[in-house]
Amino acid sequence: MSLLLRAAHTERVHSHLCRVYPEEGCGVLLGRERDGVREVERTVELDNQREASRHNRYVISPEQFLRAEKEARAAGLDVLGFYHSHPDHPARPSAFDLEHAWPWYSYVIVSVERGRVADMRSWRLRDERSAFEPEPMAQDEPAPGERR
Amino acid sequence: MIPIHIPTPLRPYAGRAPVVEVEAATVGEALRLLVERHAELRRHLYDDGGRLRRYVNVYRNDEDIRHLEREETSLGAGDSISIVPSIAGGAPGPPAWATGADGLPAMSQDDLLRYGRHLILPEVGLDGQRRIRAASVLVVGAGGLGSPLALYLAAAGVGRLGLVDYDRVDASNLQRQVLYGVSAIGRPKLEAAKARLADLNPGVRVDTYEVPLTSENALELVREYDVIVDGTDNFPTRYLVNDACVLEGKPNVYGSIFRFEGQASVFDARVGPCYRCLYPDPPPPGLVPSCAEGGVLGVLPGVIGVIQGIETLKLILGIGDSLAGRLLIFDALGMRFREMKLRKDPDCPICGERRTIHELIDYEAFCGIPNAQEAAVAQAEWEIGPRELQALQANGGALELIDVREPHEFEIALIPGAKLIPLSALPAHVSELDSSRQIVLYCHHGQRSMRALEYLYGTGFRKLKNLRGGIDAWSREIDPSVPRY
Repeated sequence: MSLLLRAAHTERVHSHLCRVYPEEGCGVLLGRERDGVREVERTVELDNQREASRHNRYVISPEQFLRAEKEARAAGLDVLGFYHSHPDHPARPSAFDLEHAWPWYSYVIVSVERGRVADMRSWRLRDERSAFEPEPMAQDEPAPGERR
Repeated sequence: MIPIHIPTPLRPYAGRAPVVEVEAATVGEALRLLVERHAELRRHLYDDGGRLRRYVNVYRNDEDIRHLEREETSLGAGDSISIVPSIAGGAPGPPAWATGADGLPAMSQDDLLRYGRHLILPEVGLDGQRRIRAASVLVVGAGGLGSPLALYLAAAGVGRLGLVDYDRVDASNLQRQVLYGVSAIGRPKLEAAKARLADLNPGVRVDTYEVPLTSENALELVREYDVIVDGTDNFPTRYLVNDACVLEGKPNVYGSIFRFEGQASVFDARVGPCYRCLYPDPPPPGLVPSCAEGGVLGVLPGVIGVIQGIETLKLILGIGDSLAGRLLIFDALGMRFREMKLRKDPDCPICGERRTIHELIDYEAFCGIPNAQEAAVAQAEWEIGPRELQALQANGGALELIDVREPHEFEIALIPGAKLIPLSALPAHVSELDSSRQIVLYCHHGQRSMRALEYLYGTGFRKLKNLRGGIDAWSREIDPSVPRY
C-alpha cells in the first residue's frame, strides 16, 4: 500500500495548512486505488467545523463528508482519506486521532512548525483499531518549499 | 427490506458490499442485524460499552437519527439507512490528567514526582491518584489513632481531610500521638495538627472542627465527606459516629485500642454490618477502662491507625478486600492478628429490617453516663480538695489515706503516709479497714478512687472522702516534689 501525492497537490495542501496556522486545518483526498497504490487526483479544502480548541482539534461534519463524497462520485473518484495539520507538533497520530479513526482511509498528517511545513506522513488504522501503521508516501517530485 | 448503505472504509468488513439489506422495524434493530451478519463491523460501529461510536453517524434517508428518535427511529417501506463517517482528530493537546478536562482533579509535574511510587502501581496509577485527590475523609479524634491516620492520608494525597477534636496537646499525649511535638504542648490539637499536615503536604485541604461531635452537628459533618474514620476513645462518640454513618449511608472505618490489643473493621450498613450489629449495647460505664486509666502501648495506635488508613485508601480506590464484615483483632504481645466474621444483625435497631432508631439519640444517656452536671454535684459531696486534706493531716486528724492505684504507679510517686490497696484488690482487703476512721481515697486523677469509694459505701462505710484531682492535683497544689506522670 502506498499513497501517491503529486507536487501540485502537496503544494495546495501545504499552503492551505500554513494559511490557517496556528489553527488546525483539514481537507479530503479524492482519487483512485489501483493495485494497492492510491493516487490522489483532487484535494478538497474544508473549514474546520470545531468551535473550540481549533489549535489542536479538527472536525469534518457528516454534511461536509457527504458533499465531498458526492463530488467524488460525480468525477468518478473515491474518498481515499483526509489530511490535517498538527501545529507545532510532530506528524504522528495523537491518541485523539486514534480514538476517532476509521479503517481503510489514508490519514495524512502535516506538521506545521511556526507557520512552516516541517514534515508530512501518511497513516492507516490497523484492522483491530489498536494503532496506526505508517503508509509509504510517493511523490513525483519534492514539493516546493518543503524542508527535508 | 431496508437497504443499509455501507461507506467505503467499512465495506471490507461487510463482505465488500456497498449495500446490505435487512428486515427491521427500527434503526437499532437494523444495525443489530447488520453486526450479527457481519461480526467484524461491530468494533467499528460500537464502543466497548455497546454504544454507537460518537463519530459514526446514522441517517434515515437524509436525516441524522440523533435528530429523530435515535436508535428507536422507526423504519417503513421505502426507507433506507446510511452510515456516514464524521472525521475528527488533532494534535496531541495537554492530556486530561493535566487539565482535569475529564472531571477528575488535574495533576502537576510536582504531583507526578511526589506520588511517583503510587503512579507506578497499576492498582493506583494516575487515575487512582486523582481519585485519592478527589476524595474527602473525616477523621473523628486527632489522638493516638487520628495521628498516624491523618499523617499517612495527607502524605497519600487525600484531597480534603476533616479533623474533629477539641482537646489541647498534653505532655502525656506525645508518647503515641505522633502529630504533635514539644512545641505544641498546651496548644489546641487541631491548630498544631493543621500546621504539621500543611508542612507534610500543602496540596491537602485540612478543615478543622474544634468542637465535640454531638447529635446536633454529626449528620451535617458526616454528609460532607466520602469516608468517615473513627478514632474516638469513648463509647458515646463511637455509637454516635456509627449511627450518623448509617443514617447518611457512609462507610465508617473503625479502630480501637487498649493496652496491648487493638481492633479494626469497616462498618458500612449499605453492604454489611454496622457497629451496633457487633455491639448492640454499650458496656456498663466504668467496666472498660479508658486508655488514660488502663494505659496503652504507645506504638499500638500506630498499627491500628495505619490499618484504618489502608482501609480508607482501599475504599477510595475500590481495590482489594475491605474489612467490611470482618473484625481484625491485633495482639501486640503475642504478635498475632486474628479475624472474626461479622454478620449483619437482622434485628439491629438502626440497620436491621425493623429498625427502631430513625434519628440520632442522646448517646451519653444511652451509654449510662450520668448527666455531667448531676454527676459533678453527686461527686462533690464526697470530695476533698488537696488543701483540705493537707489541713486535716496538719491538725493531726486521725485518717487513713488509701492509694488505689497499681503498684508500679505507687513506685513512681506517692503521698507520704498512704497505704497501697489497688482498686482490683480492694474487696480482699476490706476487712483491714476501720469504718470508724475517716478514710481518704486517691488515685492518679480521681476516677478510680471514686469507684473505690462507691464500692466501700456499698459495703457500709460512711466516713469516706475522695481526693479531688488525685495525686496529680496534690503534686501541683501542695507538694511539687511528688513526681507527676
